[in-house]
Amino acid sequence: MSYSHVAGGETHRFQSLAQVMAAATPLRSGDELAGLAASSEANRVAARYVLADLPLTTFLTEALIPYEADEVTRLILDTHDVAAFAPFRSMTVGDLRNWLLSEAADGPALARAAPALTPEMVAAVSKLMRNQDLIEVASRIEVVTRFRNTVGLKGHLSTRLQPNHPSDDLRGIAAAILDGLLQGTGDAVIGINPASDSIANCTDLLKALDGFRQEFDVPTQSCVLTHVTNSIQIIEAGGPVDLVFQSIAGTQAANDGFGVSLSVLKEAHEAALSLNRGTLGQNVMYFETGQGAPLSAEAHHGVDQQTLEVRAYAVARAFDPLLLNTVVGFIGPEYLYNGKQVIRAGLEDHFCAKLLGLPMGVDVCYTNHVDADQDDMDTLMCLLGASGVNFVICVPGSDDVMLSYQSLAFEDARWMQRRFGTRPAPEFDAWLQKVGLSDGTGALSDMNHFVKRLGKVA
Amino acid sequence: MSELEEAFRALKRLTPSRLRLEPGAGAAPLSAVLDFQASHASARDAITMPVDWAGVTRAIAPAEAIAVHSRADSREVYIRRPDLGRRLREADLARLPKGPFDLAIVVADGLSAHAVNDNGGALVAALLAAFADLNVAPVVLVEQGRVGIGDEVGAALGADLVLVLVGERPGLSVTNSLGAYLTRSPKVGTPDSARNCVSNIHGKGGLSLADATHKINWLVRYARKLGVTGVGLKDLSDTVPLLD
Repeated sequence: MSYSHVAGGETHRFQSLAQVMAAATPLRSGDELAGLAASSEANRVAARYVLADLPLTTFLTEALIPYEADEVTRLILDTHDVAAFAPFRSMTVGDLRNWLLSEAADGPALARAAPALTPEMVAAVSKLMRNQDLIEVASRIEVVTRFRNTVGLKGHLSTRLQPNHPSDDLRGIAAAILDGLLQGTGDAVIGINPASDSIANCTDLLKALDGFRQEFDVPTQSCVLTHVTNSIQIIEAGGPVDLVFQSIAGTQAANDGFGVSLSVLKEAHEAALSLNRGTLGQNVMYFETGQGAPLSAEAHHGVDQQTLEVRAYAVARAFDPLLLNTVVGFIGPEYLYNGKQVIRAGLEDHFCAKLLGLPMGVDVCYTNHVDADQDDMDTLMCLLGASGVNFVICVPGSDDVMLSYQSLAFEDARWMQRRFGTRPAPEFDAWLQKVGLSDGTGALSDMNHFVKRLGKVA
Repeated sequence: MSELEEAFRALKRLTPSRLRLEPGAGAAPLSAVLDFQASHASARDAITMPVDWAGVTRAIAPAEAIAVHSRADSREVYIRRPDLGRRLREADLARLPKGPFDLAIVVADGLSAHAVNDNGGALVAALLAAFADLNVAPVVLVEQGRVGIGDEVGAALGADLVLVLVGERPGLSVTNSLGAYLTRSPKVGTPDSARNCVSNIHGKGGLSLADATHKINWLVRYARKLGVTGVGLKDLSDTVPLLD
């Protein structure tokens, strides 16, 4: 089916729904690279006029990626909650935007909307929303998950402590963990990206993290971010896996490029649940996503990168994760060229995931070939603080020496807590006070002893 | 110095991370902020500054060098269009001699001019000495080139093996790291799984030029013997001796 809009005496025609969605998207290099971006600025706005009048039901009858060809499409349509959708059935995308910004869309109403909306509907409405709209609606949504603590409560901001080391040196990793704890971070997860993906190495890292957690009785969870099939093997061998990690994307072909499918993820989810290690809850999965991943795997089906990103959240939603985050500035400048594009994408990703009911965090980050700097990251972290982001990722001094990119520093997380009046997860916050690490007072009763024991565990 | 301060100093030596280890600390100190900015500036400069190709040419003389350009006309196009950085300008294609050759060596700027300026010429000179017994093509110097450009260059030269030396994406601590990629029977569209990679070649705790030359020499000799590169050729240069 084709769509058109007349503006200024010019008729803008779009050959398909996918083309409308792509053209309506704020400019980004990935859609330009794929040849999907609007042909002009006027063309972009014309596509938004088309979207505004488009009935939401269109997305239930016209799949952007064919049902027969893609298991993510099947997942989305087969699990769509028709009863929850009833109040939205007669709305256009524009009506949905207006409802989201109305007083009627309070926390409980937005929670009820989550199963009613498909990723394509959510992506579409985000394209009609300015940054302040994305922040406004996201900030009303509370998504709470639990493992050994409670992540996502209003008034709380959690952090992933990312103590990576270029050669996985356990003592170097322990030193970075101590640095993070001294600044009150690590409640979302203490998560290592391993330099070597071997099962033996990942198991060693997991045992060290688990030994540390038990030694100091820290109410948090650990994760070694290795491939999901490695985690399954480690679980089978009796390794102490808290959270199973996996990078995921919004098309079957792109997930194939990651070496995963819905059935493999299901197997991993069941394996992690079987360990029953969570004390407060059983959200056992940790997923990462990022705009551009399907295009880099040549698996985008002519659909714009932001819409595909939101489809990845449907994959995440099927497995009740504790944590989900976009690695927004990491995928590269061929997908998000500069600070402006990274900031917009970070807000879109956070809003869309939250609206779909997911515990969204953001890796506020950039690589050195993206045209961005610390000022851009300060801006994005401010906007995410105002949006009520569930968690952010922190590394020592903003410098990840293993992955060679820049994320937030521990000091940045502390700044966000102060500026927005938030606290870490309640159980973790209580632990920080108990051991004397709260509020950066550094009143740790016996730091020497703490450091020595940390060294022993490592 | 207190026992605790000593312990913290010892911990900082365990990792190249920018550890602070300062209980009760507030905003990052200015020294750390400026040090970070200096590192980021160096990385950005490595990406945006041009390579001193005349200097590279002098460093490898008297061996012949041919300067060419990818289809990415500028740094901005290079960054936005990975496909164009892997293809040669058509006019430049005609300037390459037709072999056959045992080996072609290609030097590309990639994402770090610093890497090529600091070590590119010297590494090529060392490799040419190591491969004196082989029929090596004139060295091809590619502006705005990615790893994949070696496929088109190698095919045009009629080379059995192509070795691409390319500036790696700069980090904050190392901005001049070179990578080397070896591919047998190069042609446009060769997957990365068909290449062997020797990365992290630089003078700041990375692979030294001598060690890199040894590794690359080992890979070239075994690639010729086994007739394969990529997943079929495991890098055992640390344990298995060089072929005669």
